Amino acid sequence: MSAVHVSVTVNGHRHEADVEPRLLLVHWLRDGLGLTGTHVGCDTSNCGACTVHLNGEAVKSCTVLAVQADRAEVTTIEGLGRADRLHPLQEAFWEHHGLQCGYCTPGMIMAAADLLARNPDPSEEEVRHGLEGNLCRCTGYHNIVKAVMAAAKSSTADREVPA
Amino acid sequence: MSTTEAGRTDGAHVGRAMRRKEDPRMITGLTRYTDDIVLPGMLHATIVRSPEAHAEIASIDTSAAAERPGVMAVFTGEDLAGDFAAPMAMVWSPPGVEIKTPEHWPLKRGEVKHVGDPVAVVVATSREASVDAAEQVVVDYNPKHVVVDMEKALEQGSPLVWEQFGTNQTHEWSISGGDMEAALAEADVVVETRFVNHRTAGAPIEPRSSIGEPRGDRLILHSSTQVPHIARFVLAGILGMPEDKLRVIAPDVGGGFGTKLQVYPEEALVLALAKRLARPVKWTETRSENMTTTHHGRDQINYVTLGAKRDGTLTGCKVRNLCDLGAYQQLLTPFIPELGFPVMGGCYKFPAIELTFVGVFTNKFCTDAIRGAGRPEGTYWLELSMDKLAAELGMDPLELRRKNFIPKEDFPFETALGIVYDSGDYHGTLDRLLERFDLDDFRREQAELREGGIYRGVGFSTYVEVCGLAPSRAVGPQGVGLQAAYWESATVRVHPSGSATVYSGASPHGQGHDTSFAQIAADRLGIDPQNVDVLHGDTDQGPWGWGTYGSRALAVGGEAVARAALRVQEKARRICAAMLEAAPEDIELAGDRFQVRGSPDKSMTMAEIAGAAHIPPQELPADIEPGLDETAAFDPENFVYPFGAHACVVDVDVETGKVKVIRYVAVDDCGPAINPTLIDGQIHGGVTHAIGQALYEQVVYDDSGQLVTGTFVDYALPTAAELPSFETDRTETPSPVNSLGVKGVGEAGTIGATPAITAATIDALKPLGVEDLDMPLTPMRVWQAIEQAKGSAA
Repeated sequence: MSAVHVSVTVNGHRHEADVEPRLLLVHWLRDGLGLTGTHVGCDTSNCGACTVHLNGEAVKSCTVLAVQADRAEVTTIEGLGRADRLHPLQEAFWEHHGLQCGYCTPGMIMAAADLLARNPDPSEEEVRHGLEGNLCRCTGYHNIVKAVMAAAKSSTADREVPA
Repeated sequence: MSTTEAGRTDGAHVGRAMRRKEDPRMITGLTRYTDDIVLPGMLHATIVRSPEAHAEIASIDTSAAAERPGVMAVFTGEDLAGDFAAPMAMVWSPPGVEIKTPEHWPLKRGEVKHVGDPVAVVVATSREASVDAAEQVVVDYNPKHVVVDMEKALEQGSPLVWEQFGTNQTHEWSISGGDMEAALAEADVVVETRFVNHRTAGAPIEPRSSIGEPRGDRLILHSSTQVPHIARFVLAGILGMPEDKLRVIAPDVGGGFGTKLQVYPEEALVLALAKRLARPVKWTETRSENMTTTHHGRDQINYVTLGAKRDGTLTGCKVRNLCDLGAYQQLLTPFIPELGFPVMGGCYKFPAIELTFVGVFTNKFCTDAIRGAGRPEGTYWLELSMDKLAAELGMDPLELRRKNFIPKEDFPFETALGIVYDSGDYHGTLDRLLERFDLDDFRREQAELREGGIYRGVGFSTYVEVCGLAPSRAVGPQGVGLQAAYWESATVRVHPSGSATVYSGASPHGQGHDTSFAQIAADRLGIDPQNVDVLHGDTDQGPWGWGTYGSRALAVGGEAVARAALRVQEKARRICAAMLEAAPEDIELAGDRFQVRGSPDKSMTMAEIAGAAHIPPQELPADIEPGLDETAAFDPENFVYPFGAHACVVDVDVETGKVKVIRYVAVDDCGPAINPTLIDGQIHGGVTHAIGQALYEQVVYDDSGQLVTGTFVDYALPTAAELPSFETDRTETPSPVNSLGVKGVGEAGTIGATPAITAATIDALKPLGVEDLDMPLTPMRVWQAIEQAKGSAA
């Protein structure tokens, strides 16, 4: 299989690479760039642990080939905010105990960020349906929903902190 | 912010809803789960697994795979036969009962016994290369007869999973107390019911991952495990190496739910491969592998007999449990159904209890501990049987429960089985529940809705569970027969500048030990919990520990932390006394000051004391050893018995059979809260796990032993869209078993909830004549029950 050249801006930094055409975006992010905050939890695009933003929209990076991200902008959890300047969703997940083992958390936060960008003032029902594509086995979603609702109330919820 | 933040050292951190210390790294992507770890020279393993449920391995041809680019080695079971000194371990050996335990090797030779049984392994320089090459391994199988149904497996003439035993029955274990014959003779009403507690998966979102790493004359295992110390002990035996030469590290672990309370063949395999190839070797399972070969849970059929007098007084509880254990015995496989036996009489005074457990081999993967492990099954059949009994007696089901509750003044209470419940107030949790849930209002609403064609129902569960594993002598070799002990340990080390590190033998995977253990230690050290770092999950750090499962971390591990911290405090008082020229017994800890009783102006902080402990001044007597570092181990004298009362409301769409939980109220008592936020979180997750089992999740094998539910497409975990927000409340009845008074809460929701959900569904459908339903309450199953009831009414 001949490699394909891609140029992708990830968390504000441009990366050039030659990748196998079959390589999934999630594997390039994790194995190629060492951005291991994006996780893999299933083989079938059900769990959402690999959710990142591709040109500002949430995608499951296990359903996107790395070559499809050529000339695109990708934001991962590492690019959303850092410990010293947390994104309001990160702050809300911490404040409202929206995570336990933490494995689904990056994907859940990225999906929630997309949800709030599209619907800044969602009802609980809308949050629940909006996060339907992300599985969590620890929290029963109760505190995740609470965190997303709380972040929505914060006026800066759709702000993305550049890396 | 409603929480303790930096600067608070007022000695009252326990009981506060402090934000978790582990979260900043988890919300920013800076965690290290096993699959995130990349080591120099690391190779990747892919396992070739059997597509047959039962077959003889006729031949394996690895030549094409071995020639693929990047492939470093391909091994079959025959190739690695000399690499293992012992087969995989099973640790239950009950006195007087033989448990049939076939040899279980990391790679199979001769025969495979379930779909997914490993037969070969490919090691290559990349994950992709190893996966590609594994597809080139050609295995020729001669299929054999398969049995997947546990009742059929016990029939004469059934295919045998293990011919050498001449039967598929693994063992029979019984326990009884009281006079069952008299109990049933004096009962005016006897209800007999067959319950099915179907097979489920733990399904942590992080799949299992293990890396074997050779370093000098040692091997290191990085693994997604709940039990690093047990894993080292067991794996050193399997590999035939001294324990000191093996280090096991559990990095961040992305959920376990019991599935990682195991020592798996793949862990032994990556170590053997690392040793052979002198390179680190990583194996990470796919989700399909997780569903196929990470242990399952439940899978029981329970024949339950309850007897009561006309006035509702219970006389006896007799149960025969058939338990599908799958094809092999893993670490605790045959013991898990029995684990719940102490509470199989529930919150009730039964004069007689008789429990029998029969284990059965089938051509499926092994069952073992999944959240609750034996206790959800028992609670399910008991609580639903209580409802049936109430119906037979024409009594209100809550009234029947109240009539038979062990009253709070009777604790500690010895059950008919000779088990002693530590403390309880069952009326208290039910009272609190009914304060929050107005049953009369509900019944009015229910009646109105039914007129409009909406079928709403409520179900209740009043449960008691047994956890805080465990008093070692009661469960050990001379007790129940586990070849293990279940104490826990902690080291508390105060550094020269006054901050501290707690090393715990418990190994968390989401519970929040870093926070709750810091709160416990901080109060006893007079420092800020933000300055207490909690380390765990590395056999090279800190003392031996038995891990995190069985809702034991706080009640056993937390108590060890409290005791080690108190020992540090004692020493700190002696140092402080010497420095302030006072008697040690006159030094008291008040917030963040160690002060002379009655002279608060004479005081020292922990930082000042720690400085003196590490750089001793002239005033400090030479008989005080330098340093401020103490270890404690805690082996409880008894289990702890949390309890609660839950109410579930469901709506059933009678046209489609779809059940939706619309309200869930949980009142639980796990003793005084260390961190109430963490308790609520455990209840939310535990109840959701039960809703998953009750409504959506089921591991299904077809008659040929093929796994039908091998992905998250077919195995339906609940999503946010299916669930309501939960209403939680607590009462606090301290346990006398530990100084914190705490009981476990990690499994409580899962243990209490399934009967409430099924009972609510039955209540909703009562007007249509539906009286029995087996989980999972899928639309098809519920719709069929409705149609059947209509048919029999017509």
